[in-house]
Amino acid sequence: AMLRASLRQVSAALKEGRVTPTELCQRCLALIRSTKFLNAYITIAEETALKQAEESEERYKKGQPLGILDGIPIAVKDNFNTAGIETTCASNMLKGYISPYNATVVQKLLDHGAVLLGKTNLDEFAMGSGSTDGVFGPVRNPWSYSKQYKEKSVPKSHSEDEESGWVITGGSSGGSAAAVSSFTCFAALGSDTGGSTRNPAAHCGVVGLKPTYGLISRHGLIPLVNSMDVPGILTRCVDDAAVLLGSLAGHDPKDSTTIQDDFKPFELPNLTDVSKLSIGIPKEYHAPGLSSEILALWSKAADLFKNAGAKVVEVSLPHTRYSIVCYHVLCTAEVASNMARFDGLEYGHRSDMKDSTESMYAATRREGFNDVVRGRILSGNYFLLKQNYEKYFVKAQKVRRLIANDFVKVFRSGVDVLLTPTTLSDAAPYTEFIQEDNRTRSAQDDILTQAANMAGLPAINVPTALSERGLPVGLQFIGRSFQEKQLLTVAKWFEKQVQFPVIQLEVVKRHDNGVFQHQKSASFS
Amino acid sequence: LAPWIPVVGLEIHAQISSNSKLFSGSQVQFAAPPNSLVSFFDASLPGTLPVLNRRCVEAAVMTGLALNCSINKKSLFDRKHYFYADLPAGYQITQQRVPIAVNGSLSYSLCIGNKMSQLVTKTVRIKQIQLEQDSGKSLHDDTRCQTLVDLNRAGVGLMEVVMEPDMCCGEEAAAAVRELQLILQTLGSSQAVMAEGQLRVDANVSVHHPGEPYGVRTEVKNINSIRFLAKAVDYEIQRQIEELENGGTVLNETRAFDSKLGCTVPMRDKEGKQDYRFMPEPNLPPLILYDTKSLPANMNHQQVINIDWIQERLPDLPSVKREKLVEQYEILPEHSFTLLNEDGLAEFFESVVKQTQMKPKKVIGWILNDLLSYLKLHSLTVKESPVSSFLLADLLNLLEKKEISSTAAKRVLAELWKGEGKTPLEIVTEQKLELLQDQKELEQICQAVIDGQEDE
Repeated sequence: AMLRASLRQVSAALKEGRVTPTELCQRCLALIRSTKFLNAYITIAEETALKQAEESEERYKKGQPLGILDGIPIAVKDNFNTAGIETTCASNMLKGYISPYNATVVQKLLDHGAVLLGKTNLDEFAMGSGSTDGVFGPVRNPWSYSKQYKEKSVPKSHSEDEESGWVITGGSSGGSAAAVSSFTCFAALGSDTGGSTRNPAAHCGVVGLKPTYGLISRHGLIPLVNSMDVPGILTRCVDDAAVLLGSLAGHDPKDSTTIQDDFKPFELPNLTDVSKLSIGIPKEYHAPGLSSEILALWSKAADLFKNAGAKVVEVSLPHTRYSIVCYHVLCTAEVASNMARFDGLEYGHRSDMKDSTESMYAATRREGFNDVVRGRILSGNYFLLKQNYEKYFVKAQKVRRLIANDFVKVFRSGVDVLLTPTTLSDAAPYTEFIQEDNRTRSAQDDILTQAANMAGLPAINVPTALSERGLPVGLQFIGRSFQEKQLLTVAKWFEKQVQFPVIQLEVVKRHDNGVFQHQKSASFS
Repeated sequence: LAPWIPVVGLEIHAQISSNSKLFSGSQVQFAAPPNSLVSFFDASLPGTLPVLNRRCVEAAVMTGLALNCSINKKSLFDRKHYFYADLPAGYQITQQRVPIAVNGSLSYSLCIGNKMSQLVTKTVRIKQIQLEQDSGKSLHDDTRCQTLVDLNRAGVGLMEVVMEPDMCCGEEAAAAVRELQLILQTLGSSQAVMAEGQLRVDANVSVHHPGEPYGVRTEVKNINSIRFLAKAVDYEIQRQIEELENGGTVLNETRAFDSKLGCTVPMRDKEGKQDYRFMPEPNLPPLILYDTKSLPANMNHQQVINIDWIQERLPDLPSVKREKLVEQYEILPEHSFTLLNEDGLAEFFESVVKQTQMKPKKVIGWILNDLLSYLKLHSLTVKESPVSSFLLADLLNLLEKKEISSTAAKRVLAELWKGEGKTPLEIVTEQKLELLQDQKELEQICQAVIDGQEDE
């Protein structure tokens, strides 16, 4: 059951020689092929991955692995620059774009010996909460094909098959979440601007960590909102997230928004005594539209802490309800600015329109961007107009400060970690999800995750239980700035208590248990 | 007819003299092969981020201090958005909200009066100095209906110096810019050579009647030399006056100076009343500068800039240099201006003074009247002078020792100018220009002349 092991477990196996990096890589690649219907990957870097696996194998043979990540297959969301491998952001604008450089986080993973399997699918330019609005089509939640979901979901009619009943992954890092959830990789990079790592993590039943803003370099992450974006980490368990964090965090001279302080990678203690812990339950997170199921789960989780001796207090973050509208202004403003560089001149799609520079720009951008992107650009430009700047952008910045101060006050009052739901409900069926437009969905779905981005705080989704429909539901912990160790320690304790079930996927079972049929590749000869 | 008061303000962009660009590590170099000095950031590749160049900040601080500005200990960076082929990111990073230096002043001098011998000192207020990126260059190829874009210059650091509308004519504008140029070159913060685009000047011009509010102003661009600056400003003032006296109006527009025709014309491709949608640059934290008092003890000195440290190391500014020249050599203030105005002339002068016994007060005449006029006549720089300071000193020594007359000295200088490698003494001997010192010989000559006269 190698494919379904945790990162740390498989790393130990590599070290002990129970499996080789190339074997592992080939299994993952084979599983990716078999799970193509999920549409989790945009580009599969088979050749380079196998090469990296071979190099890793050499190191293990010499007894000189680079660390825990050496030989571990990982996937990267397609809005991170990867040298020599297409980076598309799921947009026509960057179809075929081969970046000449690696994002810092990608470079760090490679420097630690990780094997880059491929680039995962997303909403175009990370704008969305369903991973449904990219040019390569929507990502399907692996749980749609799970035994758990199939048992619980009531077939509406005999004609309805898996094809139409599948549920979304959430977004925008849906591809990465699906990749981890379906065992094709042991960890994946996502990005998180308003919840884009935590949301799909919750819907796909995986751990999704949003680190503190400024802890991990954004150099090479194609920006959505520079002042809120962070690289996100998706793994099978909290310990694995800590491993990834350890290899990625730290000052990057190429990113002036990373903090200068030294970062020390840590191992998570096995917390047994939570009596010194103070858990805050923000009442405003009982948001409109929160399913009764999740409400009950949240309550149960609070009780879990209480019964174990922790101090559980209700707190208030009064400005929570303004975060969506505030986010809308600041996000669209930055989007309008960040997308200005896509003119077809230096790279990316260029229209055939040749009448003038302006007409070439206009045609290129109309052809290259989907409606969601263009809509946000128009909104953002509106808010940035001289006559509107004060009453929209500056106002939103002030509201942002208020939202951030809410958290400061609560943490100052003695609360260590906040416990909230991650999503309003479990994953919706695709056909239902697309009934509403992207903007509406984003506004609805971001409500529980957005404020942490406003305040730059670390937050993590921990898979908690299955819903009545047999789909994952996660809960969120929000921590103090740069206190990832404490946050993850609490998350790990909680993870241990809830014992979230492993997804039962037939296709994975076949790949994981069966005799490995794949003939020895040329690399061994 | 009521008098007109012209009002002239200037926006000057000085390219910072640094090895690399303002926010990226690519090199700064004039006339390199197209697109050979372009980093990923300069090309606006997605995902790249700006990293502030320390040297550029130091250059701006130095310049701010030299212009008597208050240096803002906290300044901010902003994005200024517009679409143009030479602006890869679709925005320029600049300092719109809080620039690095504000509220300074620049003193400059003009020669006025009938003989241009009276020196007046004027002051222009410096509104601010801000750091910003230069754009690339676009060349329009009309025959092939295409635009060629060279990004070598994209991202080079600029200091924008804004001079308040305290000037009244082309001469003042030219003198102010000349002084700024000298200051920048003395500091080394910019080489400020206009011909290489290292110093670009835009003039804001308006006219009004005394007691009335300021008139509508026009912006004049495309001024490629200090001489053209004076011409452009004066032309524009005149144009506006004529326009208004004929019952017309002055439009708030951007005009280009046409150096061939000597006039300003409305710009075809004007940016117009654009809304630049300014927004804070989210990838650059506020720029914090320190002085000795505010510098925290445990700060890594490589990470911070200490304004006092820079102040202490400022070189002598031109005004100070001039004062020193006047004091040391007892020359006139006007002289010191000319000395500093010509690249290398002050050094030449001082070198001659060192090598001759002639008083500097007398040497200066030879430098400014004779040497300089020869240089100007032949369009040569001091460096290119065929007469070295050694040769001139040699000549002046002959004069000082009364071995030749000053008339003869001028003839020798004319000969030296040919650059044939002869020494002054050789020329004097050749042309028999020696002053006769021998009393007896003089009497003989005089007697011969008188005798010759009697014969007639």
